[in-house]
Amino acid sequence: MRRVGVMGSVAIEPQGRKPRHMTPARIGIYAFLVITALFFAVPLYVMIVTSLKTMDEIRLGQILSLPLHPSLDAWRKAWSSACTGLNCNGMQVGFLNSVKILIVSVPASILVGSVTGYALSFWRVRGATLLFGAMLVVAFIPYQLFIYPLVRVFSVIGINNSLIGIVVVHTIFGLPTMTLLFRNYFAALPTELFKAARVDGAGFLRVYWSIMMPMAMPILVVAMILQVTGIWNDFILGLVFAGRENLPMTVQLNNIVNTTQGERAYNVDMAATMLTALVPLIVYFGSGRWFVRGIAAGAVKG
Amino acid sequence: MPARLLRLPSRFVATLALAPAFAVMLVVYIGATGWTIWISLTNSRMLPGNVFVGLRQYESLFANERWQVSVHNLIIFGSLFVLASLALGFLLAVAIDQRVRGESLLRSLYLYPFSMSFVVTGLVWQWLLNPTLGIEKLVRGLGFEAFRFDWIVQQDMAVYTLVIAAVWHASGLAMAILLAGLRGIDEDIWKAARVDGLKTWRVYVSIIAPMLGASFATAAVLLSTAVVRLYDLVVAMTNGGPGLASEVPAKFVMDHLFERQNLGLATAAATTMLITVAAVAAPFLYWQSKRQRLLAR
Repeated sequence: MRRVGVMGSVAIEPQGRKPRHMTPARIGIYAFLVITALFFAVPLYVMIVTSLKTMDEIRLGQILSLPLHPSLDAWRKAWSSACTGLNCNGMQVGFLNSVKILIVSVPASILVGSVTGYALSFWRVRGATLLFGAMLVVAFIPYQLFIYPLVRVFSVIGINNSLIGIVVVHTIFGLPTMTLLFRNYFAALPTELFKAARVDGAGFLRVYWSIMMPMAMPILVVAMILQVTGIWNDFILGLVFAGRENLPMTVQLNNIVNTTQGERAYNVDMAATMLTALVPLIVYFGSGRWFVRGIAAGAVKG
Repeated sequence: MPARLLRLPSRFVATLALAPAFAVMLVVYIGATGWTIWISLTNSRMLPGNVFVGLRQYESLFANERWQVSVHNLIIFGSLFVLASLALGFLLAVAIDQRVRGESLLRSLYLYPFSMSFVVTGLVWQWLLNPTLGIEKLVRGLGFEAFRFDWIVQQDMAVYTLVIAAVWHASGLAMAILLAGLRGIDEDIWKAARVDGLKTWRVYVSIIAPMLGASFATAAVLLSTAVVRLYDLVVAMTNGGPGLASEVPAKFVMDHLFERQNLGLATAAATTMLITVAAVAAPFLYWQSKRQRLLAR
Protein backbone atom coordinates (compact mmCIF):
# COMPACT_ATOMS: atom_id res chain seq x y z
CA MET A 1 0.00 0.00 0.00
CA ARG A 2 2.79 2.37 0.89
CA ARG A 3 4.54 4.67 -1.50
CA VAL A 4 3.28 3.05 -4.68
CA GLY A 5 4.32 5.88 -6.91
CA VAL A 6 2.09 8.75 -5.87
CA MET A 7 2.51 10.59 -9.11
CA GLY A 8 1.69 7.54 -11.19
CA SER A 9 -1.53 6.62 -9.46
CA VAL A 10 -2.77 10.20 -9.48
CA ALA A 11 -2.17 10.50 -13.18
CA ILE A 12 -3.86 7.24 -14.08
CA GLU A 13 -6.97 7.57 -11.96
CA PRO A 14 -8.91 10.48 -13.39
CA GLN A 15 -10.83 11.90 -10.44
CA GLY A 16 -11.54 11.46 -6.78
CA ARG A 17 -9.65 9.77 -4.04
CA LYS A 18 -8.76 6.17 -4.07
CA PRO A 19 -11.54 4.44 -2.08
CA ARG A 20 -9.21 3.41 0.68
CA HIS A 21 -10.35 0.99 3.31
CA MET A 22 -9.97 2.39 6.82
CA THR A 23 -8.07 -0.35 8.57
CA PRO A 24 -7.85 -0.36 12.40
CA ALA A 25 -4.17 0.55 12.03
CA ARG A 26 -5.01 3.67 10.06
CA ILE A 27 -7.69 4.65 12.54
CA GLY A 28 -5.07 4.28 15.25
CA ILE A 29 -2.66 6.50 13.34
CA TYR A 30 -5.25 9.21 12.88
CA ALA A 31 -6.28 8.98 16.54
CA PHE A 32 -2.66 9.42 17.58
CA LEU A 33 -2.21 12.37 15.24
CA VAL A 34 -5.36 14.09 16.46
CA ILE A 35 -4.56 13.61 20.17
CA THR A 36 -1.02 14.92 19.75
CA ALA A 37 -2.30 17.79 17.63
CA LEU A 38 -4.56 18.74 20.55
CA PHE A 39 -1.62 18.59 22.96
CA PHE A 40 0.23 21.07 20.76
CA ALA A 41 -2.73 23.29 19.92
CA VAL A 42 -4.46 23.60 23.30
CA PRO A 43 -1.91 25.95 24.94
CA LEU A 44 -2.20 28.43 22.07
CA TYR A 45 -5.99 28.15 22.17
CA VAL A 46 -6.06 28.68 25.94
CA MET A 47 -3.73 31.65 25.60
CA ILE A 48 -6.07 33.28 23.10
CA VAL A 49 -9.38 32.60 24.86
CA THR A 50 -7.99 33.65 28.25
CA SER A 51 -6.82 36.93 26.78
CA LEU A 52 -10.35 37.63 25.53
CA LYS A 53 -12.15 36.90 28.83
CA THR A 54 -12.98 39.12 31.78
CA MET A 55 -11.44 38.33 35.16
CA ASP A 56 -14.86 37.33 36.55
CA GLU A 57 -15.14 34.71 33.88
CA ILE A 58 -11.59 33.48 34.43
CA ARG A 59 -12.33 32.91 38.13
CA LEU A 60 -14.91 30.27 37.13
CA GLY A 61 -11.96 28.02 36.28
CA GLN A 62 -13.13 26.94 32.83
CA ILE A 63 -9.88 27.46 30.96
CA LEU A 64 -11.09 25.65 27.85
CA SER A 65 -14.41 27.44 27.45
CA LEU A 66 -14.91 30.11 24.84
CA PRO A 67 -15.25 33.66 26.20
CA LEU A 68 -18.88 34.60 26.95
CA HIS A 69 -18.35 38.25 26.13
CA PRO A 70 -15.16 38.43 24.10
CA SER A 71 -13.40 41.73 24.57
CA LEU A 72 -10.08 43.21 23.61
CA ASP A 73 -9.76 45.16 26.86
CA ALA A 74 -7.00 42.93 28.15
CA TRP A 75 -5.07 43.36 24.90
CA ARG A 76 -5.43 47.12 25.10
CA LYS A 77 -4.29 47.10 28.69
CA ALA A 78 -1.38 44.78 27.98
CA TRP A 79 -0.22 46.92 25.10
CA SER A 80 -0.50 50.38 26.62
CA SER A 81 -0.92 50.34 30.41
CA ALA A 82 0.33 47.14 32.03
CA CYS A 83 2.86 47.86 34.77
CA THR A 84 6.48 46.83 35.21
CA GLY A 85 7.25 48.09 38.70
CA LEU A 86 6.29 51.76 38.65
CA ASN A 87 6.24 52.15 34.89
CA CYS A 88 2.78 51.62 33.47
CA ASN A 89 3.26 52.05 29.76
CA GLY A 90 2.52 48.50 28.72
CA MET A 91 4.24 46.13 26.34
CA GLN A 92 4.61 48.74 23.63
CA VAL A 93 7.83 49.83 25.37
CA GLY A 94 9.36 46.37 25.13
CA PHE A 95 8.01 45.92 21.63
CA LEU A 96 9.74 49.06 20.41
CA ASN A 97 12.96 48.07 22.18
CA SER A 98 12.89 44.64 20.58
CA VAL A 99 12.26 46.19 17.17
CA LYS A 100 15.21 48.56 17.66
CA ILE A 101 17.47 45.72 18.72
CA LEU A 102 16.29 43.60 15.80
CA ILE A 103 16.68 46.26 13.11
CA VAL A 104 20.36 46.69 13.86
CA SER A 105 21.35 43.25 15.10
CA VAL A 106 19.92 41.17 12.27
CA PRO A 107 21.74 42.98 9.42
CA ALA A 108 24.90 43.35 11.50
CA SER A 109 25.14 39.67 12.39
CA ILE A 110 24.28 38.53 8.87
CA LEU A 111 26.79 40.91 7.31
CA VAL A 112 29.66 39.81 9.55
CA GLY A 113 28.67 36.15 9.26
CA SER A 114 28.35 36.19 5.48
CA VAL A 115 31.65 38.01 4.91
CA THR A 116 33.41 35.61 7.25
CA GLY A 117 31.77 32.59 5.64
CA TYR A 118 32.68 33.87 2.19
CA ALA A 119 36.30 34.56 3.13
CA LEU A 120 36.58 31.11 4.69
CA SER A 121 35.17 29.41 1.59
CA PHE A 122 37.21 30.99 -1.20
CA TRP A 123 40.24 32.73 0.21
CA ARG A 124 43.32 31.10 1.55
CA VAL A 125 44.01 33.13 4.63
CA ARG A 126 46.49 31.85 7.18
CA GLY A 127 44.74 30.23 10.11
CA ALA A 128 41.39 30.06 8.32
CA THR A 129 41.01 26.31 8.81
CA LEU A 130 41.78 26.69 12.48
CA LEU A 131 39.25 29.50 12.76
CA PHE A 132 36.59 27.39 11.10
CA GLY A 133 37.28 24.43 13.36
CA ALA A 134 37.16 26.68 16.42
CA MET A 135 33.77 28.02 15.35
CA LEU A 136 32.34 24.52 15.24
CA VAL A 137 33.45 24.07 18.83
CA VAL A 138 32.65 27.38 20.51
CA ALA A 139 28.99 27.30 19.48
CA PHE A 140 28.58 24.75 22.27
CA ILE A 141 29.98 26.86 25.12
CA PRO A 142 27.24 28.05 27.50
CA TYR A 143 26.74 31.84 27.70
CA GLN A 144 27.45 31.74 31.42
CA LEU A 145 31.18 31.49 30.68
CA PHE A 146 31.29 34.83 28.84
CA ILE A 147 28.85 37.00 30.67
CA TYR A 148 30.95 38.41 33.48
CA PRO A 149 34.06 39.25 31.42
CA LEU A 150 31.92 40.82 28.70
CA VAL A 151 30.04 42.97 31.20
CA ARG A 152 33.37 44.16 32.61
CA VAL A 153 34.91 44.92 29.23
CA PHE A 154 31.73 46.61 28.01
CA SER A 155 31.58 48.91 31.01
CA VAL A 156 35.24 49.85 30.55
CA ILE A 157 34.63 50.89 26.94
CA GLY A 158 31.29 52.40 27.91
CA ILE A 159 28.81 50.32 25.92
CA ASN A 160 27.37 48.29 28.76
CA ASN A 161 23.60 48.69 29.23
CA SER A 162 23.17 50.28 25.83
CA LEU A 163 21.68 49.54 22.45
CA ILE A 164 25.16 49.28 20.94
CA GLY A 165 26.13 46.81 23.64
CA ILE A 166 23.26 44.44 22.97
CA VAL A 167 23.77 44.68 19.20
CA VAL A 168 27.45 43.82 19.57
CA VAL A 169 26.56 40.89 21.80
CA HIS A 170 24.01 39.53 19.31
CA THR A 171 26.55 39.90 16.52
CA ILE A 172 29.22 38.08 18.52
CA PHE A 173 27.01 35.19 19.52
CA GLY A 174 25.41 34.97 16.10
CA LEU A 175 28.80 34.76 14.43
CA PRO A 176 29.44 30.98 14.65
CA THR A 177 26.01 29.97 13.34
CA MET A 178 25.90 32.63 10.63
CA THR A 179 29.45 31.85 9.49
CA LEU A 180 28.79 28.12 9.28
CA LEU A 181 25.53 28.72 7.46
CA PHE A 182 27.17 30.83 4.74
CA ARG A 183 30.38 28.85 4.57
CA ASN A 184 28.51 25.61 3.99
CA TYR A 185 26.42 27.27 1.32
CA PHE A 186 29.37 28.86 -0.49
CA ALA A 187 31.46 25.71 -0.21
CA ALA A 188 28.81 23.91 -2.27
CA LEU A 189 29.03 26.44 -5.12
CA PRO A 190 31.32 25.59 -8.03
CA THR A 191 34.80 27.08 -7.55
CA GLU A 192 34.93 27.92 -11.28
CA LEU A 193 32.51 30.73 -10.57
CA PHE A 194 34.96 32.30 -8.18
CA LYS A 195 37.95 31.68 -10.43
CA ALA A 196 36.22 33.20 -13.44
CA ALA A 197 35.38 36.33 -11.49
CA ARG A 198 38.96 36.57 -10.30
CA VAL A 199 40.33 36.20 -13.81
CA ASP A 200 38.05 39.04 -14.85
CA GLY A 201 39.79 41.11 -12.24
CA ALA A 202 37.17 41.29 -9.52
CA GLY A 203 38.57 41.86 -6.04
CA PHE A 204 37.50 40.51 -2.65
CA LEU A 205 34.58 42.82 -2.07
CA ARG A 206 33.50 42.85 -5.70
CA VAL A 207 33.20 39.07 -5.82
CA TYR A 208 31.35 39.09 -2.50
CA TRP A 209 28.87 41.76 -3.43
CA SER A 210 28.24 41.19 -7.14
CA ILE A 211 28.67 37.43 -7.48
CA MET A 212 28.28 35.65 -4.19
CA MET A 213 25.54 37.56 -2.37
CA PRO A 214 23.11 37.52 -5.33
CA MET A 215 23.61 33.75 -5.46
CA ALA A 216 23.14 33.45 -1.74
CA MET A 217 19.53 34.67 -1.63
CA PRO A 218 18.08 31.37 -0.35
CA ILE A 219 20.54 31.14 2.51
CA LEU A 220 20.04 34.83 3.20
CA VAL A 221 16.35 34.19 3.78
CA VAL A 222 17.18 31.28 6.05
CA ALA A 223 19.67 33.43 7.98
CA MET A 224 17.09 36.17 8.40
CA ILE A 225 14.48 33.77 9.73
CA LEU A 226 16.97 32.28 12.17
CA GLN A 227 18.19 35.65 13.42
CA VAL A 228 14.82 37.39 13.59
CA THR A 229 13.24 34.62 15.66
CA GLY A 230 16.42 33.95 17.65
CA ILE A 231 17.04 37.57 18.61
CA TRP A 232 13.37 38.31 19.22
CA ASN A 233 13.13 35.30 21.53
CA ASP A 234 16.36 36.02 23.38
CA PHE A 235 15.94 36.62 27.08
CA ILE A 236 19.26 36.22 28.86
CA LEU A 237 21.40 38.50 26.67
CA GLY A 238 18.79 41.25 26.67
CA LEU A 239 18.46 40.95 30.43
CA VAL A 240 22.20 41.36 31.01
CA PHE A 241 23.42 43.67 28.26
CA ALA A 242 20.54 45.86 27.06
CA GLY A 243 20.17 47.99 30.18
CA ARG A 244 16.92 49.16 31.77
CA GLU A 245 16.13 51.60 29.00
CA ASN A 246 16.31 48.99 26.24
CA LEU A 247 14.90 45.82 27.81
CA PRO A 248 13.53 43.58 25.05
CA MET A 249 9.94 42.39 25.02
CA THR A 250 10.66 38.95 26.49
CA VAL A 251 12.28 40.47 29.59
CA GLN A 252 9.50 42.98 30.02
CA LEU A 253 6.91 40.24 29.62
CA ASN A 254 8.48 38.22 32.38
CA ASN A 255 8.62 41.29 34.62
CA ILE A 256 4.99 42.16 34.01
CA VAL A 257 3.72 38.65 34.65
CA ASN A 258 5.97 37.43 37.43
CA THR A 259 6.40 40.50 39.62
CA THR A 260 2.81 41.64 39.94
CA GLN A 261 1.64 42.70 43.38
CA GLY A 262 -1.79 41.52 44.49
CA GLU A 263 -4.17 39.53 42.32
CA ARG A 264 -2.83 38.73 38.92
CA ALA A 265 -4.78 39.76 35.86
CA TYR A 266 -4.48 36.52 33.93
CA ASN A 267 -6.26 37.92 30.89
CA VAL A 268 -3.75 40.78 30.64
CA ASP A 269 -0.89 38.33 31.26
CA MET A 270 -2.02 36.11 28.42
CA ALA A 271 -2.61 39.06 26.10
CA ALA A 272 0.92 40.26 26.83
CA THR A 273 2.25 36.75 26.20
CA MET A 274 0.40 36.59 22.88
CA LEU A 275 1.76 39.99 21.88
CA THR A 276 5.30 38.75 22.52
CA ALA A 277 4.70 35.53 20.62
CA LEU A 278 3.12 37.29 17.65
CA VAL A 279 6.26 38.27 15.74
CA PRO A 280 7.86 34.79 15.71
CA LEU A 281 4.47 33.21 14.98
CA ILE A 282 4.00 35.49 11.97
CA VAL A 283 7.51 34.69 10.76
CA TYR A 284 6.84 30.98 11.30
CA PHE A 285 3.48 30.72 9.60
CA GLY A 286 4.49 33.20 6.92
CA SER A 287 7.71 31.47 6.00
CA GLY A 288 6.35 27.93 5.82
CA ARG A 289 9.00 25.47 4.75
CA TRP A 290 11.75 28.06 4.99
CA PHE A 291 11.59 27.81 8.76
CA VAL A 292 12.24 24.08 8.60
CA ARG A 293 15.09 24.71 6.20
CA GLY A 294 16.50 27.16 8.71
CA ILE A 295 16.42 24.54 11.42
CA ALA A 296 18.04 21.98 9.16
CA ALA A 297 20.71 24.48 8.13
CA GLY A 298 21.27 25.58 11.71
CA ALA A 299 21.57 21.93 12.61
CA VAL A 300 24.74 21.77 10.54
CA LYS A 301 26.54 23.45 13.38
CA GLY A 302 25.70 20.66 15.77
CA MET B 1 51.96 40.78 -14.70
CA PRO B 2 48.81 42.75 -13.86
CA ALA B 3 46.94 39.72 -12.49
CA ARG B 4 49.56 39.29 -9.82
CA LEU B 5 49.41 42.91 -8.84
CA LEU B 6 45.66 42.63 -8.43
CA ARG B 7 45.80 39.53 -6.29
CA LEU B 8 47.96 40.95 -3.55
CA PRO B 9 45.62 43.65 -2.26
CA SER B 10 42.65 41.28 -2.45
CA ARG B 11 44.46 38.75 -0.30
CA PHE B 12 45.08 41.52 2.14
CA VAL B 13 41.43 42.53 2.12
CA ALA B 14 40.45 38.92 2.73
CA THR B 15 42.72 38.78 5.76
CA LEU B 16 41.25 42.04 6.95
CA ALA B 17 37.74 40.68 6.50
CA LEU B 18 38.51 37.76 8.75
CA ALA B 19 40.02 40.00 11.42
CA PRO B 20 36.73 40.55 13.29
CA ALA B 21 36.10 36.81 13.45
CA PHE B 22 39.64 36.18 14.68
CA ALA B 23 39.25 38.96 17.25
CA VAL B 24 35.93 37.58 18.51
CA MET B 25 37.42 34.13 18.72
CA LEU B 26 40.49 35.27 20.66
CA VAL B 27 38.97 37.95 22.85
CA VAL B 28 35.48 36.64 23.53
CA TYR B 29 35.48 32.92 23.13
CA ILE B 30 38.97 32.14 24.35
CA GLY B 31 39.80 35.24 26.39
CA ALA B 32 36.55 35.50 28.28
CA THR B 33 36.42 31.78 28.95
CA GLY B 34 39.98 31.88 30.23
CA TRP B 35 39.20 34.85 32.45
CA THR B 36 36.16 33.10 33.90
CA ILE B 37 38.19 29.99 34.62
CA TRP B 38 40.91 32.10 36.25
CA ILE B 39 38.39 33.89 38.51
CA SER B 40 37.08 30.53 39.63
CA LEU B 41 40.55 29.73 40.99
CA THR B 42 40.82 32.91 43.05
CA ASN B 43 39.29 34.22 46.25
CA SER B 44 36.94 36.59 44.36
CA ARG B 45 33.67 37.52 45.97
CA MET B 46 31.98 40.79 45.03
CA LEU B 47 34.96 41.97 43.04
CA PRO B 48 37.53 39.84 41.30
CA GLY B 49 40.40 39.11 43.68
CA ASN B 50 43.78 37.97 42.53
CA VAL B 51 44.72 35.56 45.28
CA PHE B 52 45.04 32.06 43.92
CA VAL B 53 43.18 29.62 46.13
CA GLY B 54 43.32 26.48 44.02
CA LEU B 55 40.12 24.51 43.97
CA ARG B 56 38.60 25.97 47.11
CA GLN B 57 35.71 27.59 45.23
CA TYR B 58 34.91 24.20 43.74
CA GLU B 59 34.92 22.60 47.18
CA SER B 60 32.34 25.04 48.45
CA LEU B 61 30.41 24.72 45.18
CA PHE B 62 30.03 20.98 45.48
CA ALA B 63 29.09 21.33 49.14
CA ASN B 64 26.44 23.92 48.23
CA GLU B 65 22.95 22.49 48.60
CA ARG B 66 21.45 24.67 45.89
CA TRP B 67 24.12 23.57 43.42
CA GLN B 68 23.50 19.91 44.24
CA VAL B 69 19.79 20.37 43.66
CA SER B 70 20.51 22.21 40.40
CA VAL B 71 22.73 19.46 39.05
CA HIS B 72 20.28 16.78 40.13
CA ASN B 73 17.45 18.65 38.38
CA LEU B 74 19.45 19.11 35.23
CA ILE B 75 20.17 15.38 35.03
CA ILE B 76 16.47 14.53 35.48
CA PHE B 77 15.34 17.24 33.12
CA GLY B 78 18.01 16.57 30.52
CA SER B 79 17.50 12.83 30.23
CA LEU B 80 13.70 12.95 30.31
CA PHE B 81 13.44 15.90 27.95
CA VAL B 82 15.83 14.54 25.32
CA LEU B 83 14.42 11.02 25.42
CA ALA B 84 10.77 12.10 25.44
CA SER B 85 11.28 14.63 22.65
CA LEU B 86 13.11 12.10 20.48
CA ALA B 87 10.50 9.41 21.14
CA LEU B 88 7.52 11.69 20.53
CA GLY B 89 9.26 13.27 17.54
CA PHE B 90 9.93 9.87 16.00
CA LEU B 91 6.36 8.66 16.54
CA LEU B 92 5.01 11.86 15.01
CA ALA B 93 7.34 11.63 12.04
CA VAL B 94 6.41 8.00 11.38
CA ALA B 95 2.67 8.74 11.74
CA ILE B 96 2.92 11.70 9.39
CA ASP B 97 4.87 9.60 6.92
CA GLN B 98 1.87 7.26 6.43
CA ARG B 99 0.48 9.49 3.68
CA VAL B 100 -2.12 11.03 5.96
CA ARG B 101 -4.47 13.82 5.07
CA GLY B 102 -3.68 17.34 6.27
CA GLU B 103 0.01 16.64 6.50
CA SER B 104 1.22 20.20 6.18
CA LEU B 105 -1.32 21.49 8.72
CA LEU B 106 -0.25 18.83 11.21
CA ARG B 107 3.42 19.57 10.61
CA SER B 108 2.99 23.26 11.30
CA LEU B 109 0.96 22.49 14.42
CA TYR B 110 3.67 20.27 15.84
CA LEU B 111 6.45 22.73 15.15
CA TYR B 112 4.97 26.16 15.94
CA PRO B 113 5.87 26.08 19.66
CA PHE B 114 9.52 25.90 18.67
CA SER B 115 9.28 29.28 16.97
CA MET B 116 8.26 30.97 20.22
CA SER B 117 10.39 32.09 23.10
CA PHE B 118 10.96 29.92 26.18
CA VAL B 119 9.53 32.77 28.23
CA VAL B 120 6.24 32.49 26.35
CA THR B 121 6.28 28.71 26.73
CA GLY B 122 6.95 29.00 30.44
CA LEU B 123 4.17 31.49 31.05
CA VAL B 124 1.57 29.52 29.09
CA TRP B 125 2.32 26.34 30.98
CA GLN B 126 2.44 28.16 34.29
CA TRP B 127 -1.12 29.26 33.54
CA LEU B 128 -2.31 25.84 32.34
CA LEU B 129 -0.84 24.14 35.42
CA ASN B 130 -2.13 26.76 37.84
CA PRO B 131 -3.77 24.57 40.52
CA THR B 132 -6.56 27.00 41.43
CA LEU B 133 -7.72 28.00 37.95
CA GLY B 134 -6.00 25.71 35.46
CA ILE B 135 -6.34 22.11 34.34
CA GLU B 136 -6.85 20.82 37.88
CA LYS B 137 -9.84 23.06 38.46
CA LEU B 138 -11.24 22.23 35.02
CA VAL B 139 -11.18 18.47 35.60
CA ARG B 140 -12.61 18.87 39.11
CA GLY B 141 -15.42 20.91 37.60
CA LEU B 142 -16.24 17.93 35.39
CA GLY B 143 -17.06 15.93 38.52
CA PHE B 144 -13.70 14.37 39.40
CA GLU B 145 -13.44 16.07 42.78
CA ALA B 146 -10.35 14.16 43.89
CA PHE B 147 -8.33 14.98 40.78
CA ARG B 148 -4.90 16.43 41.56
CA PHE B 149 -2.52 18.00 39.11
CA ASP B 150 -0.66 20.55 41.19
CA TRP B 151 2.87 19.45 40.27
CA ILE B 152 4.00 23.01 39.70
CA VAL B 153 3.65 23.78 43.42
CA GLN B 154 4.92 20.41 44.63
CA GLN B 155 8.56 20.25 45.73
CA ASP B 156 9.24 16.83 44.28
CA MET B 157 7.24 17.28 41.06
CA ALA B 158 8.00 20.83 39.89
CA VAL B 159 10.94 19.76 37.72
CA TYR B 160 8.65 17.45 35.74
CA THR B 161 6.44 20.36 34.78
CA LEU B 162 9.52 21.90 33.18
CA VAL B 163 9.93 18.69 31.19
CA ILE B 164 6.32 18.81 29.98
CA ALA B 165 6.65 22.41 28.83
CA ALA B 166 10.00 21.83 27.16
CA VAL B 167 8.80 18.71 25.35
CA TRP B 168 5.82 20.70 24.09
CA HIS B 169 8.25 23.37 22.93
CA ALA B 170 10.82 21.22 21.17
CA SER B 171 9.52 17.81 20.12
CA GLY B 172 8.35 19.34 16.84
CA LEU B 173 12.00 20.01 16.11
CA ALA B 174 12.83 16.33 16.53
CA MET B 175 9.82 15.52 14.33
CA ALA B 176 10.99 17.84 11.55
CA ILE B 177 14.55 16.49 11.53
CA LEU B 178 13.48 12.85 11.69
CA LEU B 179 10.80 13.32 9.04
CA ALA B 180 13.41 14.78 6.70
CA GLY B 181 15.52 11.71 7.45
CA LEU B 182 12.61 9.36 6.76
CA ARG B 183 11.88 11.04 3.44
CA GLY B 184 15.49 10.59 2.43
CA ILE B 185 15.40 6.82 2.79
CA ASP B 186 15.59 4.81 -0.39
CA GLU B 187 12.28 3.42 -1.68
CA ASP B 188 14.00 0.15 -2.45
CA ILE B 189 14.41 -0.57 1.25
CA TRP B 190 10.63 -0.64 1.52
CA LYS B 191 10.23 -2.80 -1.55
CA ALA B 192 12.80 -5.27 -0.26
CA ALA B 193 11.16 -5.37 3.17
CA ARG B 194 7.76 -5.98 1.60
CA VAL B 195 9.10 -8.78 -0.53
CA ASP B 196 10.43 -10.32 2.64
CA GLY B 197 6.96 -10.01 4.16
CA LEU B 198 8.00 -7.84 7.11
CA LYS B 199 5.33 -5.97 9.06
CA THR B 200 5.46 -2.19 8.70
CA TRP B 201 6.19 -1.48 12.39
CA ARG B 202 8.89 -4.12 12.27
CA VAL B 203 10.56 -2.36 9.36
CA TYR B 204 10.49 0.94 11.26
CA VAL B 205 11.99 -0.49 14.43
CA SER B 206 14.60 -2.84 12.96
CA ILE B 207 15.59 -1.22 9.68
CA ILE B 208 14.51 2.42 9.43
CA ALA B 209 15.34 3.63 12.95
CA PRO B 210 18.95 2.40 12.77
CA MET B 211 19.30 4.05 9.35
CA LEU B 212 18.24 7.36 10.88
CA GLY B 213 21.27 7.40 13.18
CA ALA B 214 22.61 10.70 11.87
CA SER B 215 19.21 12.39 12.13
CA PHE B 216 18.77 11.14 15.69
CA ALA B 217 22.24 12.40 16.57
CA THR B 218 21.56 15.84 15.09
CA ALA B 219 18.26 16.14 16.93
CA ALA B 220 19.82 14.90 20.16
CA VAL B 221 22.63 17.45 19.94
CA LEU B 222 20.25 20.34 19.26
CA LEU B 223 18.05 19.29 22.17
CA SER B 224 21.07 18.86 24.45
CA THR B 225 22.31 22.38 23.81
CA ALA B 226 18.90 23.56 24.99
CA VAL B 227 19.35 21.49 28.15
CA VAL B 228 22.62 23.20 29.13
CA ARG B 229 21.18 26.61 28.31
CA LEU B 230 18.01 25.93 30.32
CA TYR B 231 17.36 29.24 32.05
CA ASP B 232 14.55 31.35 30.55
CA LEU B 233 12.00 28.57 30.88
CA VAL B 234 12.73 28.15 34.58
CA VAL B 235 12.74 31.88 35.28
CA ALA B 236 9.40 32.34 33.55
CA MET B 237 7.66 29.20 34.76
CA THR B 238 8.73 28.45 38.34
CA ASN B 239 11.58 30.86 39.08
CA GLY B 240 13.38 27.91 40.64
CA GLY B 241 10.63 27.21 43.12
CA PRO B 242 8.84 26.08 45.12
CA GLY B 243 11.83 26.63 47.41
CA LEU B 244 14.84 25.35 45.51
CA ALA B 245 12.89 22.53 43.88
CA SER B 246 13.40 23.54 40.24
CA GLU B 247 16.74 25.34 40.32
CA VAL B 248 19.16 24.66 37.46
CA PRO B 249 22.91 25.34 36.94
CA ALA B 250 22.58 28.22 34.46
CA LYS B 251 20.31 30.01 36.91
CA PHE B 252 22.73 29.29 39.74
CA VAL B 253 25.47 31.07 37.79
CA MET B 254 23.28 34.05 36.88
CA ASP B 255 21.95 34.54 40.40
CA HIS B 256 25.40 34.28 41.96
CA LEU B 257 26.84 36.72 39.44
CA PHE B 258 24.23 39.42 39.80
CA GLU B 259 22.06 39.00 42.88
CA ARG B 260 24.32 37.29 45.36
CA GLN B 261 27.51 38.85 44.03
CA ASN B 262 29.63 35.81 44.64
CA LEU B 263 31.94 35.78 41.65
CA GLY B 264 34.12 32.92 42.78
CA LEU B 265 31.23 30.54 43.23
CA ALA B 266 29.47 31.68 40.05
CA THR B 267 32.55 31.22 37.88
CA ALA B 268 33.33 27.86 39.46
CA ALA B 269 29.80 26.78 38.56
CA ALA B 270 30.17 28.12 35.00
CA THR B 271 33.48 26.30 34.59
CA THR B 272 31.90 23.09 35.81
CA MET B 273 29.19 23.55 33.18
CA LEU B 274 31.88 23.99 30.52
CA ILE B 275 33.71 20.82 31.56
CA THR B 276 30.45 18.86 31.46
CA VAL B 277 29.58 20.17 28.01
CA ALA B 278 33.09 19.41 26.75
CA ALA B 279 32.92 15.86 28.08
CA VAL B 280 29.58 15.29 26.35
CA ALA B 281 30.33 17.17 23.12
CA ALA B 282 33.87 15.95 22.47
CA PRO B 283 32.95 12.50 21.13
CA PHE B 284 30.29 14.05 18.93
CA LEU B 285 32.59 16.72 17.54
CA TYR B 286 35.18 14.08 16.79
CA TRP B 287 32.63 12.05 14.88
CA GLN B 288 31.42 15.17 13.10
CA SER B 289 34.90 16.21 11.98
CA LYS B 290 35.60 12.71 10.70
CA ARG B 291 32.38 12.82 8.73
CA GLN B 292 33.15 16.29 7.36
CA ARG B 293 36.54 15.08 6.20
CA LEU B 294 34.90 12.12 4.49
CA LEU B 295 32.35 14.40 2.82
CA ALA B 296 35.06 16.77 1.69
CA ARG B 297 36.70 14.06 -0.39
